[in-house]
Amino acid sequence: MKRLALALALSGLIAPATQAVEFTQVQADQSRISFRYTQMGVGMDGGFNSFSSQVRFDPAEPASAQAVIEVDLASIDVGTPEADEEVATKTWLNTPAFPTARFTASRITALGDEAYEVAGQLSIKGQTREVLVPATFTQQGNAGVFAGSFTLRRGDFAIGEGPWAAFDIVANDVEVHFQLAVTPGD
Amino acid sequence: MTQHYTRTAKGLHWLIALLMLGLLGLGFYMQDLPLSPQKLQLYAWHKWAGVSVFLLVLVRLGWHLTHQPPVLPAGMPGLQQQAAQATHGLLYLLMLAIPLSGWLMSSAKGFQTVWFGILPLPDLLAKDVALGEQLATLHMGLNLLLVALLLAHVGASLKHHFIDRDDILLRMLPRFGKA
Repeated sequence: MKRLALALALSGLIAPATQAVEFTQVQADQSRISFRYTQMGVGMDGGFNSFSSQVRFDPAEPASAQAVIEVDLASIDVGTPEADEEVATKTWLNTPAFPTARFTASRITALGDEAYEVAGQLSIKGQTREVLVPATFTQQGNAGVFAGSFTLRRGDFAIGEGPWAAFDIVANDVEVHFQLAVTPGD
Repeated sequence: MTQHYTRTAKGLHWLIALLMLGLLGLGFYMQDLPLSPQKLQLYAWHKWAGVSVFLLVLVRLGWHLTHQPPVLPAGMPGLQQQAAQATHGLLYLLMLAIPLSGWLMSSAKGFQTVWFGILPLPDLLAKDVALGEQLATLHMGLNLLLVALLLAHVGASLKHHFIDRDDILLRMLPRFGKA
């Protein structure tokens, strides 16, 4: 039995690139999620220092792919410590009550030439919305890298309520950028 | 017969004076506010006005260099003339250095300056929290020096007007009546 597994693993290693390879091991150190928002016309960069993801992706069979990304909202960095404290409060992300933002892919469609469209549910602060995320999947050596960006409207998730609800100071659109490096499983 | 400054010189002097007073008041007021939309708005306005003053001061310097200002009264003691020149020189220097320090501070703190929310100024410094704090101290120190010099400037003009009874103040004021 062990020998069979070894043989299968070896055949996977020497198989031509066109053969199905399932990517399942997310490399956290080569993955990142960042965002860009606008404050009085000034572009500001932010990001998350901690998130986890489970991915099963076979470029030959994108329809059966699975992906769940969970972002630890307490690890947010919006640019200044004062602002990091502010966005954890009830009016913004209410991090103590909703510590995790979750994206669950429901369907991945190949558009050709390394381009994909990922449909899924994005849940933040108790609100769930359908989102469509354009992404590319590029194989570099042993690893594959998902990269892309989409625009999230903070108003859809009640991020910034009360005095912050108007979009004249902090704009509604938040551009989310992601890069996930994934290697094949054993 | 009072020899007046040109209309342009007067206009620039008083416009910059008004903007500077507003900027000083706003600057001291806004820094201790808790984070709120209003605070962000005030900071943006402060930065827009600061950039505007910097540019107006450049225009004013250009005007100053190409238009001979009225000379100081002949009877004014040499030491006072030197003090007046030194004060004016320092005021010009501060009017340029203060917005520059604010711009650099903003960059070091990670906030780009976008003039009127439209024209982005380049960030000359990369984000550096410690440097940002130092530049904030510098910005504050320069402004305290500015307040001291402004008091001397206004005090001297009033002294000339009410004690020396010369026309130093009048020549920077609008022409009233037949003058």
